[in-house]
Amino acid sequence: MTFKYLPHTDEDIRAMLDVVGAPSLDALYDEVPDTLKLTKPVSLPDAMSEEEIRRHFEELGRKNQPLVCFAGDGAYDHYSPSVVAALTSRSEFLTSYTPYQAEISQGTLQYIFEFQTMMAGLTGMDLSNASMYDGSTATAEAMMMCVAAAKKRNRVLLASTLPPRIRKVVLTYAGYHGVNVDLIPQRDGTTDREALAAMLATDDVAGVIVGQPNYYGVIEDFTGLADLCHAHKALFVVNGRASALGVLKSPGEWGADIACGDAQSLGLPLNYGGPYIGYLCTTKALVRKMPGRLVGGTTDADGRRAFVLTMQAREQHIRREKATSNICTSQGIMCLYVAIYLSLMGEKGLREVNEHSYAAAHYLHDALLATGRFEPVFDQPFLEEFCLRYKGDAAALHRYCADHGFLAGVLADGIDGGMLFAATERRTKEETDQLVGLIEKFKEGGLK
Amino acid sequence: MNRTYYSKLIFELSRPGRTGYSLPPCTMTGHDLNTELPDALKRQTSPRLPEVDEPTVARHYTNMSGNNFGVDNGFYPLGSCTMKYNPKLNDEMAALAAFGRLHPSQPAETAQGALEVYDGLQRMLAEVAGMSAFTLNPYAGAHGELTGLMVIRSYHRKRGDTRRTKIIVPDSAHGTNPASAAVCGLQIVEVKSKPDGTVDVDDLRPLLGDDIAGMMMTNPNTLGIFEREIPEIARLVHECGGLMYYDGANLNPMLGVCRPGDMGFDVMHINLHKTFSTPHGGGGPGAGPVGVRAGLEELLPNPQVVRQADGTLALRESDGALGQISSHLGNFAVLIRAYTYLLTVGRQHLRQVGQLSVLNANYIKESLKAYYELPIGGLCKHEFVFDGLRPEYGGAHSEADHIRTLDVAKRLLDYGFHAPTVYFPLLFHEAMMIEPTESESKETLDAFIDVMKQIAEEAKEQPDTLRTAPHATPVRRLDDVKAVKEPRFTYFDYEQP
Repeated sequence: MTFKYLPHTDEDIRAMLDVVGAPSLDALYDEVPDTLKLTKPVSLPDAMSEEEIRRHFEELGRKNQPLVCFAGDGAYDHYSPSVVAALTSRSEFLTSYTPYQAEISQGTLQYIFEFQTMMAGLTGMDLSNASMYDGSTATAEAMMMCVAAAKKRNRVLLASTLPPRIRKVVLTYAGYHGVNVDLIPQRDGTTDREALAAMLATDDVAGVIVGQPNYYGVIEDFTGLADLCHAHKALFVVNGRASALGVLKSPGEWGADIACGDAQSLGLPLNYGGPYIGYLCTTKALVRKMPGRLVGGTTDADGRRAFVLTMQAREQHIRREKATSNICTSQGIMCLYVAIYLSLMGEKGLREVNEHSYAAAHYLHDALLATGRFEPVFDQPFLEEFCLRYKGDAAALHRYCADHGFLAGVLADGIDGGMLFAATERRTKEETDQLVGLIEKFKEGGLK
Repeated sequence: MNRTYYSKLIFELSRPGRTGYSLPPCTMTGHDLNTELPDALKRQTSPRLPEVDEPTVARHYTNMSGNNFGVDNGFYPLGSCTMKYNPKLNDEMAALAAFGRLHPSQPAETAQGALEVYDGLQRMLAEVAGMSAFTLNPYAGAHGELTGLMVIRSYHRKRGDTRRTKIIVPDSAHGTNPASAAVCGLQIVEVKSKPDGTVDVDDLRPLLGDDIAGMMMTNPNTLGIFEREIPEIARLVHECGGLMYYDGANLNPMLGVCRPGDMGFDVMHINLHKTFSTPHGGGGPGAGPVGVRAGLEELLPNPQVVRQADGTLALRESDGALGQISSHLGNFAVLIRAYTYLLTVGRQHLRQVGQLSVLNANYIKESLKAYYELPIGGLCKHEFVFDGLRPEYGGAHSEADHIRTLDVAKRLLDYGFHAPTVYFPLLFHEAMMIEPTESESKETLDAFIDVMKQIAEEAKEQPDTLRTAPHATPVRRLDDVKAVKEPRFTYFDYEQP
């Protein structure tokens, strides 16, 4: 029975079995107790040809309904130049393993080094690791890093303005890792400073994690927060969407010790939630507490500049249970996506994306308020995502828009009638006007 | 691969004023962040990104790819990593716009096709592994391990049993096992291996008690040896109240022959980037689905994909779940690839995949054992371990200047092969772990065997050629110590005095 992924002919198999000294392929499993062996084939579907699989996916694809996207909620529909997809699919990159054999892996090591440099530049931190799984797990790793760096402190404060799914993941990790996490109350959609100061006063906090922009899209003013944290010997951690760093004050400028978050917003496809890419950047002082891979520069035997995986004494394959994290590899090729995207966009392009998204989101914001069906929730600055309260049945409105091909944001967690809308540079004026017109036409839900 | 090293970094190709993108003009006027946002919220320093045009970017990364070696370039016998062929059809399906454009927060009713892929893959994995249900949310093998251990801890907590804080891990285990256990708040208890590399059941017995949450194992183990006593081990661990965790790193050889669920395991993860052919991507993105036996399904992390009474699929947040370990439903585009692979392999070819991976490994082992030290003879499964060169080829460990496994590995690069996994497992000083996978033809294996023999001869005749290898790669042997002593983690670090 020949199969396209298996090169063996019957003759090959016979010749190889002779060398091994086994009478048959089944005999290669002689040491496996018979009671454990399957007596009939595993019940999988019949093998399909390429054409059948293509047809199958066409059918499945018809059960999906891509919507015009006015939602963010951690995943942003940004423009990506065609070069990104073309170059990242090169199999020299895609089909390689973690660059342990540095002499034949300089391509991977070079692009990770470029990624690290770009993320350090964007966040204003000294250095970046070679990526984390996503923004949520990057934040959970930052939480554990705070505790590891503090040694005898076991409590971390988490802004309640962080996205719910990040909070859930951090709380899950903390629950098993044995870290006490307390939520910092909020005031008008931002972190309540006075409450934070009071929580820090007990001098047992290892780290404080805040979000920028936060779950509601609000840009928070962190002036003085780093000093407040440091006065109580707590690390200051800023979580945020990477593309916003093109215009917003960077974690480094806020005085952060750790910057973390998701970099999906740097042109990665939505892909129904993954693969995305988490980032974690920090200061030189904390490098030995950092989780994940790290690429560093060195020279080869001929003195040429080249790159290697470095500071491996932190990692699980050396330190085992004493490692800074169990992370083995992370998002590999997604570093290349980000490096190519940022090479093409540059500082100017990233600024333009933000300016454009800002204009689009504010245009939508004003148009929604002008319908008379929404009211503001917070009086705070925002970039490309914002929260409004729908005066009627928000869930019914959301469904109605989806039925008509629009993703009208997401229902905001914890705010009655609250909806989080986002608009990026990919949204046109026509699409935006269509969404607003659709909302104006919506009758069924009725207004309260 | 490149014969000459392409050494540039993108920052060195940057010139002020170049750009590589095009955006349409913004027609929604009325708001300008430059005038509206308070200065206190705006960045004052440059992110120092490069300024490069599109042709320069295309050529830069294409040249850079020539410094790299992937499975499509050649044989990659990296033990424990299952570097099998990555089918291109998988990539084509993963790139379909009907899936790529889906937003993770859009209503489940508008993403039924994607959810069918999720559900179909989890059901096929459950069948292949002999488990009841899988979550596909974990992003990688290590992430799957952590999630699986959370399942075990939740199981005990739910029963009100809080004393079980220890987990048994064999001394031959991969470093992620103890690291994942530590992140999960478990203490590690090591169980010894016998000289043949399998778990020493006599050493295990006294470790078992009411403080044991469970035991982590791979089977076959990291030496490629099938743990024959697995039914007895599982019985003992279950008897003391613990659960059995299967590290799926070595699942490939068992496909269609023998399933972890039937061996007595309760919880497991699978590396889709190993057994189910998704690309390793230079270290990610992978996927580490976690499966559980019947009775443990409700513990799987949120969000859960569930089939409703009307036949449609929905997302559920369950209070009974262990919590949430990912932003969304895992590395979805990776899941599409594994789903495509399983449809391609189907029930007709699954067993062949496993069997031929075992045939390939045993063929190399038998062909080279006269040249390289084989510490554990007999049948191996998907991989095996040599303990360096045999003494007659300069490999005697007792001699200070013996030819090391590292030298052999580096010399292999000169001949166009990737190196095996070296210095793991830790049980042998000069470990060299070889896993060919089923994708390789007899001709490729024969060529590899010939080169390995030639290297053994070179070790005897001209050892310095090995000690200074590689010679024909884009760069030569690298200075790891300098990377630590003079740390440079970004391009900016090269600018400072």
